[in-house]
Amino acid sequence: MVKSSSLRTILLSPRGGISAIVLLVVMICAVFAPLIAPYAYDIQSLRDANLNPSWKNWMGTDEFGRDLLSRMIYGARTSLSVALTAISISVAIGMSLGATAAYFGGAFDRLVTAAVDLTWSFPEILIALILIAIIGPGLNSTMIAISIAYLAQFTRLTRVQIMALKSETYVEATRSLGAGHAHIIFRHLLPNALTPVIVAGMLATGDAIILEATLGFFGLGAQPPTPSWGAMMSSGTAQIFIAPWIIIFPGLAIAITVIAINLFGDAVIDVLDIRRQLRDS
Amino acid sequence: MALLSVTDLSVSIGRLKPLDGISFDIGKGEIVGMVGESGSGKSLTAMSVMGLLPLIGGKMTSGSIRFDGIDLATLPEPRYRALRGRRIALISQNPMTSLDPIIRIGAQIDQVGILHLGLSDAAAKARSIDIMRQLRIPEAATVHGNYPHQLSGGMKQRVVIAMALAADPELMIADEPTTALDVTIQAQIIQIVVDLVRERGLSLMLITHDMGVVAQACDKVVVLYAGRVAERNGIDAIFGEPQHPYTRELIRCIPRHDQLRGSLTGIPGAVPSVMDYPSGCRFHPRCADALDICAGAIPALEQKAAGFAACHAAINAAGKVSAHG
Amino acid sequence: MANFLIKRLVLLIPVFLVVSVIIFMIIHLVPGDPIDNIVQIGSTPQQKAALTAKYGLDKPLIVQYAIWFGKLMTGDLGEAIILRQPVSSLIAQNLPHSLILGSLALAFSTVVGIATGALAAIRRDSWVDRTVMAVILLGSTVPSFWLGLLMILVFAVHLGWFPVSGARSWSALVLPVLTIGLGGVALVARVTRVAMMDISRRDFVMMLHAKGVPPWRINLQHILRHALLPVVTILSLRIGWILGGAVTIEYVFARPGLGSLLITSLNQRDYPVVQGCLLMLAIAVMLGTLLGDVVQALIDPRVRERTG
Repeated sequence: MVKSSSLRTILLSPRGGISAIVLLVVMICAVFAPLIAPYAYDIQSLRDANLNPSWKNWMGTDEFGRDLLSRMIYGARTSLSVALTAISISVAIGMSLGATAAYFGGAFDRLVTAAVDLTWSFPEILIALILIAIIGPGLNSTMIAISIAYLAQFTRLTRVQIMALKSETYVEATRSLGAGHAHIIFRHLLPNALTPVIVAGMLATGDAIILEATLGFFGLGAQPPTPSWGAMMSSGTAQIFIAPWIIIFPGLAIAITVIAINLFGDAVIDVLDIRRQLRDS
Repeated sequence: MALLSVTDLSVSIGRLKPLDGISFDIGKGEIVGMVGESGSGKSLTAMSVMGLLPLIGGKMTSGSIRFDGIDLATLPEPRYRALRGRRIALISQNPMTSLDPIIRIGAQIDQVGILHLGLSDAAAKARSIDIMRQLRIPEAATVHGNYPHQLSGGMKQRVVIAMALAADPELMIADEPTTALDVTIQAQIIQIVVDLVRERGLSLMLITHDMGVVAQACDKVVVLYAGRVAERNGIDAIFGEPQHPYTRELIRCIPRHDQLRGSLTGIPGAVPSVMDYPSGCRFHPRCADALDICAGAIPALEQKAAGFAACHAAINAAGKVSAHG
Repeated sequence: MANFLIKRLVLLIPVFLVVSVIIFMIIHLVPGDPIDNIVQIGSTPQQKAALTAKYGLDKPLIVQYAIWFGKLMTGDLGEAIILRQPVSSLIAQNLPHSLILGSLALAFSTVVGIATGALAAIRRDSWVDRTVMAVILLGSTVPSFWLGLLMILVFAVHLGWFPVSGARSWSALVLPVLTIGLGGVALVARVTRVAMMDISRRDFVMMLHAKGVPPWRINLQHILRHALLPVVTILSLRIGWILGGAVTIEYVFARPGLGSLLITSLNQRDYPVVQGCLLMLAIAVMLGTLLGDVVQALIDPRVRERTG
């Protein structure tokens, strides 16, 4: 995996270091939201609706008079936790599927490959919308929809990696020593295939944040009053003429977070030199 | 006067200096062999003459290359381009990858005639097919419409040769034209090139690592080792009385028909890396005749018999011979 | 070529069947009685019974699917629950808007993406390259619906150059096309740039230089032509993403279209309409992929032979 010296190289490079700091700030906001946010995210005060940014409300207030900065900070919690959970589930299932398919081959492999190929050409948003249609709107549905929407990517990547590793001699050696299938897959093959999949997962987290925001924007994700960056903008569209900041700040937060994730991911890819593996799949 | 005259050519790529003071001449109608193991700088010399060093991030740091009286080192790029493919043509190492895979064979040969001779499409096509026939490509008119992947390696190499011949060049550079091919086709391709060159009175710089090919085809030989000229002489002198120990090793390595398969001998030791050339004579770590001086001083390329050799041992031997008599 | 096209079309049939099964299953997977998912609000028990009979909802699933698929083939997608009209006519009203937006966005992404990507590759490491790279990073990381909102804010609200929303004039298309386009341009430009840089290191390019072919011709007639292969591959794989972008952007700009219809129906749980829209979008994705395959075969003779 990532050696500590590689980690230092990543953090000391300009884009790696800056993006790491940005991500750290966002994560601190997410984890310590109740401590950092100046106000509660759900206190309404219609007298204070749509206020300009000021010393009292740094980012202004929304149409219900709620402090936008506080909602942004809590929103980081929603967006990050949904995206991270969804992608972790997706990576875990995708790796198991891809590894098992590649290891055993045969009909199971063909089935998995066919399913992956089928979903491959469909945009994640469409897959997510189909799933939301079935399980209904909400944060949990969003999480499930995102994790399934990205499943194909991780399955495919793991499968390609394992296929390449499978033929290597140490696998056959372990096999001839009498190791079981599960042992070989989970103790030998997966750890070796791990790095590119983890990096791909990291990059996909950025896409997942956007997907979560899009679903939230459609009113299909986080339900009021839960703040999520996407859902905040959904209600903001009606106020676009009088309170554009309701749209500008959450979008900026998404853009900055996703750019930071991409830059950090790029730095990791360069240091670990795995661009080809990621592109080939 | 020589058609091509390379004097003291040095080339750098980044911090590396893969070529160091290369000098040789190619006269009109001459076939000159450039010999050496891989990494000796043969292909780089060809790239320098073609003016293609910038493509691989290299540049000439000293010396001159004169072609028919034109100083190529200072020639502006548009005029150089008019020369490439027109008066100096390249036959590349690997025919498998030298043709554009998604463009028809014919169009790739026609391109040269259209570009350099101002031919119409039809005239260029007729000319290409004619050249393909001379190269003994069967059904030339059909092949003209084929894509590269439809041809065998030997056929592709003939197409590459046809491309080189398309504008009637004066100098051809053949960069190991047969290494990528099957052994049985190698001799055939070399023969075709040599025959054409002789017939048309062209000059040829034939790059190879095989002294056997040199013996078959060349008038003169330049032996390169680790970016320097080791020895330079006429074909008879090189084989008759090789001066440089490296040349002797190369000759010893020519596969003979009576040898059993698998008993091919190589030169002991490995070619030094351009990152880490030995001091003094770069061949000394592998040289059976190495003297104490060889590790310390760079041997100059000095006149020896009919040719030139850069070897302390050879010079010493010559001195002894003259001292004794 | 005709051969190739037929083979590709045949390959799409199983994909279409699987997709149709998934979409068919939506009303059965949603919690509750399927009949409640397709019956119009305020229907009498008699009307419910009639629908149950029409769709055979009392029969086994496989029979129901056969009935549904049969109706689908005749263009009968059922009745909208909320909007109270045939789903097919709703789709007929909305489809042209999505088609126009989608194809314009696709054309814009392709043309501008290839041009900027090629420019960046040819002038690599120059300020042109760096600018293009920055735009690529922005285009692939900024959420498109937010970009749409910003466009509305700047060009419609503040500058008043274009309408804020709707589809009453051609000028209303400009901002949506640009919004979807930036993501597409980023994608296409990135692939074009990387592909051209890769290809320019290939042997045959060196050979072209050795033949004295001018660099602009090498770049445009040879390298770019090769680079189009991965570009077309990505486009055919990602054509759905551009259509998906259309779904989002229609909603942002309050334009009529399949995307707006889908999102509205999802929020209203109008399942027959949801099914119809998803089916149309899936078909669009499949046809887009097919289009990509065909273009690819036109460029590369080897592709034609492999599958033709």
